[in-house]
Order: sequence, then structure tokens, then C-alpha cells
Amino acid sequence: MSVLSQAARRFVKASVVDARTFTTSTRRLQAEPLQKPVLNKEFKIYRWNPDEPAKKPTLQSYTIDLNQTGPMILDALIKIKNEIDPTLTFRRSCREGICGSCAMNINGQNTLACLCRIDRDASKDSKIYPLPHMYIVKDLVPDLTQFYKQYKSIQPYLQNDNPPEKGEFLQSQEERRKLDGLYECILCACCSTSCPSYWWNQDEYLGPATLMQAYRWIADSRDSNGAKRKEYLQNELSMYRCHTIFNCSRTCPKGLNPAAAIAKIKLELAAD
Amino acid sequence: MLSTRALGLAPALRQAAFSPARNHILRTVIRSSIIKRSVQTQSLKPEDGTTILNTQRLQRPSSPHFTIYEPQLTWIGSIFNRVTGVGLGFLLYGFSLAYLVAPGTFDSTHVIEFVGGLPDVVKYAGKFILALPFTFHSWNGIRHLLWDSGKFLTVKGAYSTGYAVLGATAISTIVLMFQ
Repeated sequence: MSVLSQAARRFVKASVVDARTFTTSTRRLQAEPLQKPVLNKEFKIYRWNPDEPAKKPTLQSYTIDLNQTGPMILDALIKIKNEIDPTLTFRRSCREGICGSCAMNINGQNTLACLCRIDRDASKDSKIYPLPHMYIVKDLVPDLTQFYKQYKSIQPYLQNDNPPEKGEFLQSQEERRKLDGLYECILCACCSTSCPSYWWNQDEYLGPATLMQAYRWIADSRDSNGAKRKEYLQNELSMYRCHTIFNCSRTCPKGLNPAAAIAKIKLELAAD
Repeated sequence: MLSTRALGLAPALRQAAFSPARNHILRTVIRSSIIKRSVQTQSLKPEDGTTILNTQRLQRPSSPHFTIYEPQLTWIGSIFNRVTGVGLGFLLYGFSLAYLVAPGTFDSTHVIEFVGGLPDVVKYAGKFILALPFTFHSWNGIRHLLWDSGKFLTVKGAYSTGYAVLGATAISTIVLMFQ
């Protein structure tokens, strides 16, 4: 036996003894680690796979322990994807309600999964559907092409042919205040897809999210294209399909009020 | 580098780099690449991608909507406003046209006589069926006029006016029924 291995053995022996004294002395001082009880909750999630298009969409059930999960629905989805079913597909990015990716219908209401707390009542299941009345790419991922096209159609950018000679556009505090509650929109599509009018006339009605952004540019004192912007909405379908149902404002995860913005456009168009 | 990773050859080549025998290298590369390539990728032209996307778009289902959305005063109230409006419209146009076709049978005297001959239960039930949609639609119409003039345009406003309409409908329906 070499000198080296003898030394190693001695070292191991010494450390074992040390370890024992260490643990026995501290165990008495340590509190017992708290064992959280198992709190199983069922999640029913809408599934559809484009690789098997003939199969009808189904609700798939997953049960997870809430005491081993984060507080939000998004945490539950990520846990299911990580630990139970990696094929579960959904959009998510910022996990703090600023990107708008994880918009979906949770327990009957459109909201962001990252801002929606899991109901701790384990006797009730949680149902998770994609945004209502949208074409489904896969599972919880809707096709938002039309939604983005509509947003593009209202030309959501500053238009002014007479920029100030020097420096920047100036705005009074009152003028700036008009944009509060409008510019914060993250385009998550929760409001548009909660609107029954948008369900039935998605091809021509612009929907609350897009209309609120239309008003955001009409209301902006720096923009000089207001007349054309209003003219674009002056027809039966683009805006007047809004029947002040208020589903949009009720569901907005950012607490904005698209219904009021649309009503203000209506008032301005009526005054024209 | 990317191509080796895509082909799954990286471990085989790495192994081969440390092995002295030439023959052995070759065998390792072949063996591990055969195992690794059980899942094949195929290269597609950009046009093929569009075709695949378009065929997939045609097969996409539409997600469920009013069957899964939580029943809320907002949209259920709106549906009832529409339904009662359509119902009252049918009644108005139906009665008017009937009067036009057969003025002898559908004039006020005959209608009053006909209703007067009915049993009380049918009278009250009929009054209820007529009064409920009429009052609801009228009160909700006022609510819409308030909205259109820029008032109560908040979620709270929508709910308080909604409950006010429901209350007013209940009271006025009962008043009309027992009048």
C-alpha cells in the first residue's frame, strides 16, 4: 500500500468522525424541517395537436401538488410541462404581466396566466382554454395573425407632416394625461377575444384592443392625422359593431378600459 | 460545428480523436452515427414550408367561446337585450301585418274580447311574458343612451347600471302584471 492511499484513508476516517460530531451537536439545535401536506389539484387543459388534425380537441386532466408549485397558473403550466407532459404547448415569456404572451382563458375568463393566482381550493378543478374563438396552432397557442394585421391597419405610429423646427414635439400636461390608460396596453388580445362582437365579426370588426390604440393616436395632440384616422372607422363594421358589452374592460389584465375608449371615439365621430 | 451537431456525429468524432487505430475510428463513426440517426431530419425548400403552413391553417380548429366563457352580467345582459329586442320586433311587425291582412279579426275590440274571455292564470302569465321583455329592453335602452352620452363608462358603472336595470325591470314587470 502506497503512502498516498494510507494518508487518504486516514483523512477519510478523520472526516467521518468529524462529521458525526458535527451532526450530533447540531441536530438537537435544529428545528424539524416542515413537511408541507400534499395538496393535489386537478387542471383540465385544452389540447389539440396539429400532427393529428383529424382528432378533435380534448380536455386533458393533470393533477399536481400545489404545495410544490408556485402561486400562479403559469407556474402550474410550467410544472406540468417540466414534470408530467413535455408536449403541452403554450406561450410565455416575461412571467410578470408585461409581455402579454401567456394570455389564455382560465376558469372562464381571459387573463394572463402569469398574473392569475391558482385557486387553493383543491376540491374544484381549474379549466384552462386558449383565447376564445381563435384558430388554434397547438394546445393553448392561438393564431394571432389577424389580430396583428388589424393593429397594423390603424397605423399605430405618430403621423405629423409639420414636425417642430427645433427639438421635439411639446405637449401640455393635460394633453399628456389623455394618453394615460391607453398607452399601457400590451396587446395580449384578452379583451378582443372576450368580445362577443369580435367572435362573430372577427374578419371586419377591429376589436377593443385595436380600437383603443386607434383612440390612443386620435387623442394624441402631437398627431395631425386624426381626421383620416376617424374616417377609417366611419363605417358599419370597423367600430360600430361595438355594442358596449363591457367584456373587454371587465377582463383586461392590466385594468385598462377599452369600452370607454371606443365610446369616446363614437362621441367624436358623432360630433364630426 | 453546427453540421456535426445536427448529424449527431460529435460524440463519435470526439471519441475517434483520442483513439489511435484508424480502423477503429471508422467503425466508431459509422456505428454511433447509425444509432444517432434513428430520427431523421429532412431539408425543405422555403415554398414547402408555406405549403405545410397553409394545409395546417385549413385544418385548425376554432377554440370554444360562449360555451366556456364565464357568464357575466355584461355579456348575458347584452344577449338578453338583443333577444328581447328581436322578440318585441316580431310581435310589433306580426301584429301590424296581421291587422293589415285581416282588419276584422285583429282590431282592438276583438283582441280585448278575446283576452277578456281567458282564465286569470293565462292572463297573468301572458302579461308577464309581454311585460318582462318590454320593460327590460326599455330600461336597458336608457342605460345605452347614458353610455352613449359618455356616462357610467367604467366596469363599476356598467355593473351598477346593470343591477339598476334588473331591479327596475322586476318592479315594473310586477306593476304591469297586476295593473
